[in-house]
Amino acid sequence: MNYEVIVVGGGHAGCEASLAASRMKHSTLLITGNINNIADMPCNPSIGGPAKGILVREIDALGGEMGINTDKSLLQLKMLNTKKGPAVQALRAQADKITYPKEMLTTLNKQENLWIKEAFVDDLIVANNKVIGVILENGEKIYSKVVILTTGTYLKADILVGDKRTPGGPHGEKESKNLSNNLRKYGITIQRLKTGTPPRLLKSSIDYSKLTREDGDSVLRSFSYDFSPIYQLDEQIPCYLTYTNQYTHEIITDNLKKSSMYGGYVHGIGPRYCPSIEDKVVRFADKERHQLFLEPESRYYDDIYLQGFSTSMPHDVQEKMVHSLVGLEKAVFLKYAYAIEYDAIDPLEMKKNLENKILENLFTAGQINGTSGYEEAAGQGLLAGINASLKIENKPPFILGRNEAYLGVLIDDLTTRGTKEPYRMLTSRAEYRLLLRHDNADIRLREYGHQLGLINDEKYHKFKEKLKKIDELKNYLCTTKIVTSENNLLNQLNTSRIMNGISLYELIKRPEITINQLIEVGKVPNIYSDEVIEQVEISIKYEGYIRKEEKEVEKMQAMENIKIPNDINYDLVINLASEARDKLKKVMPLTLGQATRISGVNPSDITMLSIYLKKGK
Amino acid sequence: MQDTICAISTALGVSAISIVRVSGNDAIKIVNKVFFGKNLENVKSHTIHYGYIVYNNEKIDEVLVSVMKAPRTFTKENIVEINCHGGIATTKKVLEILLCNGCRLAEAGEFTKRAFLNGRIDLTEADAIMDLINSKTEAARKMAMKGLEGNAKKLISSLRKDLINIISNIEVNIDYPEYNDIYEVTVQDLKSKLSIFRNSLVKIISEYENTRIISEGIKTVIVGRPNVGKSSLLNRFLDTDKAIVTDIPGTTRDIVEGSISFNGILLDFIDTAGIRETNDLVEKIGVEKSFEKIDEADLVLVILNNNEELTEVDLDILDKTKDKTSIVVINKDDLNSRIDISKLQNRDVIYANTLLSSGLDDLKNRITKLFNLDQIKKQDYNYITNAREIAKIKECLKILDDIDMSLLNDIPLDMLEIDLRNIWNILGEIIGEKYSDELLDELFSKFCVGK
Repeated sequence: MNYEVIVVGGGHAGCEASLAASRMKHSTLLITGNINNIADMPCNPSIGGPAKGILVREIDALGGEMGINTDKSLLQLKMLNTKKGPAVQALRAQADKITYPKEMLTTLNKQENLWIKEAFVDDLIVANNKVIGVILENGEKIYSKVVILTTGTYLKADILVGDKRTPGGPHGEKESKNLSNNLRKYGITIQRLKTGTPPRLLKSSIDYSKLTREDGDSVLRSFSYDFSPIYQLDEQIPCYLTYTNQYTHEIITDNLKKSSMYGGYVHGIGPRYCPSIEDKVVRFADKERHQLFLEPESRYYDDIYLQGFSTSMPHDVQEKMVHSLVGLEKAVFLKYAYAIEYDAIDPLEMKKNLENKILENLFTAGQINGTSGYEEAAGQGLLAGINASLKIENKPPFILGRNEAYLGVLIDDLTTRGTKEPYRMLTSRAEYRLLLRHDNADIRLREYGHQLGLINDEKYHKFKEKLKKIDELKNYLCTTKIVTSENNLLNQLNTSRIMNGISLYELIKRPEITINQLIEVGKVPNIYSDEVIEQVEISIKYEGYIRKEEKEVEKMQAMENIKIPNDINYDLVINLASEARDKLKKVMPLTLGQATRISGVNPSDITMLSIYLKKGK
Repeated sequence: MQDTICAISTALGVSAISIVRVSGNDAIKIVNKVFFGKNLENVKSHTIHYGYIVYNNEKIDEVLVSVMKAPRTFTKENIVEINCHGGIATTKKVLEILLCNGCRLAEAGEFTKRAFLNGRIDLTEADAIMDLINSKTEAARKMAMKGLEGNAKKLISSLRKDLINIISNIEVNIDYPEYNDIYEVTVQDLKSKLSIFRNSLVKIISEYENTRIISEGIKTVIVGRPNVGKSSLLNRFLDTDKAIVTDIPGTTRDIVEGSISFNGILLDFIDTAGIRETNDLVEKIGVEKSFEKIDEADLVLVILNNNEELTEVDLDILDKTKDKTSIVVINKDDLNSRIDISKLQNRDVIYANTLLSSGLDDLKNRITKLFNLDQIKKQDYNYITNAREIAKIKECLKILDDIDMSLLNDIPLDMLEIDLRNIWNILGEIIGEKYSDELLDELFSKFCVGK
C-alpha cells in the first residue's frame, strides 16, 4: 500500500508528526520499532518547566497532542516562577510513564488516516535527490510522497556504562544500525551526540523521613486550552529533595577514571545544561553539595527517578555513590544510570520548514536534529507534520517568527546557528519572551491552528469568544472613570487618593491594585473568566515593557523583510569574509535578518550582502 | 540608497572655513529650504552662490554654497557643499538644521561608499573602500575609544562583565527555579549594583565633556548684578589676548561676545542679556535672562563686588550656580571687603581687579586646572564618532532611569532583565563586541544545574 506520509519513529516527535499529517487529511504510516514504546518517556518523568512548559502550550494552541495527553497522565502539576513576572511562569507536570504512552497510543489508534506498523527502517528510496519512500530491514519497500524521520536517540545508539560500550537504544531497546550510514551515503552530514540518564530506585527502599517533601500546587490547572482538569488535588504524588555530600564527591573523585566520560570512552558531545554528576563535581569543585530530586515515575510501579544524578560510572560505583546520599543509604537499584551516544544530522542542513536541503521531501524532527527534551521533540514533530502536509498540498511553508513563539525561536536557532550539543529550550534563548508567555499561547497561535485545520470550529469559536471578552473588558476599563468622590473607595483599597478623575485602566497600573479587587468592590462587573482577567491585567500592568519589546520586534522585522533569493550565488557577492561566505552558503538564510544571526557573519559582511541585494533590484 | 546624507567634511578644530557636504536626490531641495539667497533649484550645475543659512527666520551663518548636479559629482548624486564661516558651533548648527530638514547624518565613509556603489570609483579600489566601510564597525569604534579619555574601554568591559553576572544569575533563577542552592538575585542587589553603574557611566560622559571642549570650546557665561564689572572683565580678557571678536548679532542663538584661545582651546564668552544691556534694563530681567544661559554653559564666572554686601540677587545667583562648574570672582579687591565670606563656602573664589587687570592670570590658571586643559591632547580626536558613542552611553543612562521607575512600580526582576540586557548590548556595540552565545556560556560555566 502507498501512503502520502511516512513517519519513522514513534517518540514524541513521531506521534505529533503522525497526528498532524493525518489530521490534515493525509494518509500516514507511523513506523516504530516497538509499538509498546510509543510515546515512551525514557528519561525524566516530567513534562514542561520554564520555557518548555510554554512550548507545550504552543503545541496545544496549534492543535498538537502533548498538552492534552499530559493532562490525562498527571501525577503532579505545578506552576513555576509564580513569584516572578508573567513572562517566565510555566507549568511543569510529573507525568505517569505508564499512562502517558497508553493514552497517546489510544489517540493514535483512533485517528483517521493513520496506520501504525512495527518495523525498522534501513534506508530511504531516493530518486533524483527526492525521497519517495523507505526500505525496511527485511527489504520491503514502502512508497510515499514525503518521509519524516523522528528517530530519537536510536541511530547507531551505544549505551555507555564505565568502560563498557553496548550497542542499543534506551533501556537496551534495539537500535537502528544502518539508517544513519545510509543518510551519510546521500551526502547528509552526521554528528555524534551524547546524553545520559540517572538511576531508578525502588520506592520502598528510600527513607523519606530524612528528605524534604515537594508537593504539587493546590490549584487545579491544565496544560491544554481545551481540557478540564480530571485529577484530584490530594491525589497528587509528591517529589522529594536530597543533596550530595563530601563523601559522595570523594567516591566520584576516586573513581573518576572508571566513568565512560572521564575514562575517555565517550566521543559524542553532551549537553552543558545536563551535566553528569561527575561533571558537576569536577567542574564545580568548590561546591559542597549538589541538589537532587526524587521524582515518582508512575502510580503503577515503584521506580523513583533520581534527578540530578546522571552518570556513566560502572554499576558498583553507582551503588556506592547513591548509598552515600542521605535517605538513600539502603536504596535498591531498579535500573542503573547510563550514558547514550547516538547519531544526529547537522540541523544547518535543514530548511526552516524542517525539510532536508540535500534530499527533497525528507523531513526530520526531534533528537535527530540535535535537540534534547520531549517538548522540543514534540514541537518539531508537529511542525514537521504540518510542513510535510503543506508540501504535499503545494502550499507555502508554515514558519513561525522568533517574536511569535518559542517554537519559532527553536527552529530559527537550529537552522541558523546549528548546534554542537543537544539543544534545550531555555527562557534566555527567547529575546522577546515578554511576548511569548504561557498565558497567551492561544492568542499567538490558535488562529494558525484553525487555518491549518488542526483546531476545529468549536474550539476556535470558544477562542474567538475569549478574544471578544478581552476587548470588552479592556474597553470597559478605559471608558469607566473613578472620580474624586470615590476617594473613600481608594482608601479602602489601600491606595493613594486622586486629585482628578482617572480611568480604571490607569488605576490598575498601580502595583497594589488588581482587577479582582475592583470586582470585589463592585467597580467592575463580575462576568469575566479568570483567563480574560489575567490577559487584560498583564497587558495593562506591563504595557510599558510589552511596548518596548514590540519596538524591538519592529526593528528586527525591518531586517526580516529583506528577503534573500534562494538562488543567490554567494561567490558573486564581493568582499565577503571567507568564513562568512562559507557559513552563508551552508545556512542559506531566507532573510537578511536571519543572516545577521549566523555566527561568523559580521556587520561588514551584512553590509556587503545588503548592497548586493539592493543592486540586484 | 534613496536618502540624502550630510556631514561636516572638514576637520574639526579652530579653522576659518568649514564645509558641510550634502549628497542625495534631495540634496539641492533640502539645502534650498534653509538657504536665503538665489533659488538653488534653478541654478546651473557646478556653480557657487552667496547667501545665508536661515532657521526660524534667524540668520545662522553667512555662507557660500556650491551646487553640483548628478551625475558629474563625486557620488554621482546631487551634491551641495556649504562653506560655513561662523566657527565650529555655527557649522554644527548648520548640520543640525539640515538633519531637521530631511537629511540623515552620513556614516563614516558613506560618501565614498556611494561613489563606489554608483560606479564612480573603480572596483580596483575595492580594498580601500572596504576599509572605509569597515571603519563603521571596527575602526570607527577603535577611533571612538581613543577619543574617550581614561581607559573607557576597560571600564566598559568591566561594567559589561558585572552586568552579565547579574543577568546570567537572573536567567538561572528563571530556568532553574527549584535549585535552592543557587543565589536568588534580589531587588536590593540590583539597586546597589545599578547605582555603581550609573556613577561609572556618568563619569565616562563627564570625561567626554572634557574632551568635547577641544573642538567646541568652553562655553563661558559671566553673571552678576549690573556694574559689578562683567563688561570690564570681558574686555580685559579680550584686550590682553588675541581675541577673535565675532560679534555678529543675530547669527547664532548663542551670541559669542568674543573668544580667546588657551593653547588652541577656545574660551567662548556667551552673551547674556546681563552683559549686553547694562544700565537700560531692570536688574531683575537681566539676571533672569542670564539664568537661562547658565544651564547651557560649561563654565560660569560669577562676579561679585568686594565693596558691597551680598544682595538677594547675588545670593540667588550663587544658589543657581552652585552645581555648575563655576568660579566666583570678587572684583574691586582694592576696596574694603564687605562680603560675608561664610556664604561662599565650598566655592572656588578668586580676587581680582578688572580695572587694573590684576587677578586675570590667577583666573586663567584656575580655568586651566578646572578643565585639565594642559592634559587634554588634541590628537586622534573624532567628534562625530565620539558623539555617537556618547549618545549610546546616554541611552544606557536613560534605561537606568526606566529601571528606577520600574522598581517603584514593582515590575518583576525578570522584566528588568530585559533592560539590563539592552544596556549590555549597547555597551557591547560601543566596544565592538558582538553578541554570540556569551550569555549561555556564562550561565553554564557559573551555575551548576541540570538533571
